[in-house]
Amino acid sequence: MTNSTHKIIVEDLDFYYDDFQALEKVSLKAPANQVTALIGPSGCGKSTFLRTLNRMNDLIEGTQVEGKVLIDNEDIYQDDLDVVSLRKRVGMVFQDPNPFPKSIYDNVAYGPKAHGIKDKDKLDDIVEKSLKRAALWDEVHDRLDKSAIGISGGQQQRLCIARALAVNPDVILMDEPTSALDPVATAKIEELVEELKENYTIIIVTHSMQQAARISDYTAFFLTGEIVEAGPTEKIFERPEDQRTEDYITGRFG
Amino acid sequence: MQKRGKLSKFKEKAIEWFFFGNGILAIIILIGIFTLLLKEGLPTFQEVSIKEFLTSTDWNPTSYSNRSYGIVSLVYSTLLVTVGSLIFAVPLGIACAAYLAEVAHPRMREILKPTVEILAGIPSVVIGFLGIVLVGPMIAKVFNLSNGLNAINGSILLGVMALPTIISISEDAISAVPEEYKQASLALGTNEWHTLITVTLPAALSGIIAAVMLGMGRAIGETMAVLMATGNAPAFPESIFDSVRTMTATIAVELGEVPYNTTHYYSLFAIGLVLFLMTFVVNLISDLVLHKYGEGE
Amino acid sequence: MESSNLKQKIGFNILRLSMLVILLILGVILYDIISKGIGVINWQFITAAPKNGMTEGGIWPAIVGTFYVTVITAVVAVPLGVFAAIYLNEYARQGKITRLIRMAIRNLAGVPSIVYGLFGLALFVNVLGFGTSILSAGLTLGLMTLPVTITASEEALKAVPNSYRHGSLALGVSKWHSIRTNVLPYAIPGILTGTILGLARAAGETAPILFTGAAFFLPFLPQSLSSQFMALPYHLYIMSTQHHDIAKVRPLAYGTALVLIVLVLSMNLIAILLRSWLRKKNK
Repeated sequence: MTNSTHKIIVEDLDFYYDDFQALEKVSLKAPANQVTALIGPSGCGKSTFLRTLNRMNDLIEGTQVEGKVLIDNEDIYQDDLDVVSLRKRVGMVFQDPNPFPKSIYDNVAYGPKAHGIKDKDKLDDIVEKSLKRAALWDEVHDRLDKSAIGISGGQQQRLCIARALAVNPDVILMDEPTSALDPVATAKIEELVEELKENYTIIIVTHSMQQAARISDYTAFFLTGEIVEAGPTEKIFERPEDQRTEDYITGRFG
Repeated sequence: MQKRGKLSKFKEKAIEWFFFGNGILAIIILIGIFTLLLKEGLPTFQEVSIKEFLTSTDWNPTSYSNRSYGIVSLVYSTLLVTVGSLIFAVPLGIACAAYLAEVAHPRMREILKPTVEILAGIPSVVIGFLGIVLVGPMIAKVFNLSNGLNAINGSILLGVMALPTIISISEDAISAVPEEYKQASLALGTNEWHTLITVTLPAALSGIIAAVMLGMGRAIGETMAVLMATGNAPAFPESIFDSVRTMTATIAVELGEVPYNTTHYYSLFAIGLVLFLMTFVVNLISDLVLHKYGEGE
Repeated sequence: MESSNLKQKIGFNILRLSMLVILLILGVILYDIISKGIGVINWQFITAAPKNGMTEGGIWPAIVGTFYVTVITAVVAVPLGVFAAIYLNEYARQGKITRLIRMAIRNLAGVPSIVYGLFGLALFVNVLGFGTSILSAGLTLGLMTLPVTITASEEALKAVPNSYRHGSLALGVSKWHSIRTNVLPYAIPGILTGTILGLARAAGETAPILFTGAAFFLPFLPQSLSSQFMALPYHLYIMSTQHHDIAKVRPLAYGTALVLIVLVLSMNLIAILLRSWLRKKNK
């Protein structure tokens, strides 16, 4: 494969919290318009890795990054890069649904408004499109002015996805987006992820191997801050090359 | 891909610097207070020796023939009323804190805590007024004195004013003692009172000490109550029934009447400097006790 | 076992008794002021200026003066306090400077009010040349109140969940915009609570305004920022210790004390109610 089909290319990434090295020589290529799953036991560094891709780790004091992260062939850790516009391109959905205590409408319109869109019709249009893409429109279109705190957890998470879509990113990072949800809500989100990959490149951290197998095209297995093995999901699950990968996916540890 | 201009990045930096400027304002003000007290206080010692200032018991800057600037009796008066106030405010305050934290029903606590805050909210001038009209006559009657404007009156008022501080901070400290400590003690078959005395209060000791120090700081620095209710005789007090004049009251009484830029004027700033240093040390001690484990905050 | 249970009973009752003593003290204070002050309160007392060498008339100029000076206090202490709190909670990194700032704030909170008075006299009245005026007094009270507003605002900002900040930043919204639109609005009720408490304290303070602008007697209201002013707490001090006929004006002093505590305590009450409403809402 050539670079042009790889949306994200990570080369020899080291990451430190103070003296603790959380990631060691991590390299990964994530194909465009596909779902890449990051799997591994708790504390293996998969969430840390995810947060290096939109530089959310910058918010933690005492962290340090070495190596290269290229998105569209541009190093996102170069000196004059603007983190704010990076995060506009690389959206994120958090582990726990975190809707703002505003109305459903204002949650989705928050990003576009912050980026200077004031026209009411335009905002209406963005809100509707985003909610439709997040498969939430039918459930909430008649109560857009109601507080987002009042809807169910699964709806809240889809709202957060809609909120991320509204600023028109081309990558979406998802950090165990279904870990706080029930099976029905989880199924809806999984379905949604498969639809979204048509237009977005998706990186998803998941605790559940079944989930990774169901929705991802490409899988990377993390262990103690390193990538043990990465490749097409089918291959990782059916013909893993590394013994540790096999142990993990067959449930022998983790 | 869209890129924001350098301008917005610059704007973000500028905003951060603006807030930083506001953040360090506290340090600037603290240094400013100290510097101005020094600037206005130090000229005192062109006429008065530091030794006289710090060791003489005679404060009489307006005497025609023999002016004197010794602050010993003022400092002693301040400490006398302060210690007097703590003698009853500390045990009473800690007992109340223990009641609120460990005995009171939660619903009761919800009502009582704001009530204690109401006590804290009463202006010191009102407390001083009550010292004149209520506490003074009472003391005069009980101890058969010509009037009740004396050290003990000041102590009572200061104690009342220090109580809310002592109660609320001690209560926080007692409530913060981990439940496991208490459970461990109760599991050994001791009752709640024994647990409170032997486990909970000792565990909360650093917080309680901090509370007492803060209460003490307030008492040392309090002006209006002592100004109004202690009689303000600048002589060295012989007993707690004597009229006293604290450092704060001296500044309050005399600064209004003294011409600017005279030795007398400067000497009042010098008293202010001593007062500032005293409360600074007391607050620093409470600060160190309270934050000794240097939690990150 | 019997004796330790008896000890517990006695011990708890001593604690209860202590609480009762506090309530009694508060009760006596309020009862004395209210019962003796209520008699002089009438329309004229509230709305007229003092007359006949302050032996008659009302306290209107003192009420207005206290109101004005508290407004200046708020103008100084609220924005500066909120800005400093935003720095501490949103921007500051852990380190020496931040620790030093926090220590300075705690120490400022412990500086005696009369020392603020000296500082205000030296800085605002003399060095900056504002003279003894409502401006100097307000600035002095503002600085005194600053530690309260900083601490209250920081508490309020701390109570806003981090997920609001991160959620906004992850959308590519700049830090300041995130704070302004997705953090600060949720902290405002908390900021208000602490601020009102701080202002109530400032409104009742006497020592800081003794030499910075409070006047013994003025037959008129303050005309500008450079006017001197009458204030309720200072008026009470004058009426109870400095007046030539203290016995005669004692009822007026009680009336003044009553108006002052009603003013200050109702501010406290508003803050307390606001806070308990907030706590319920956040549950």
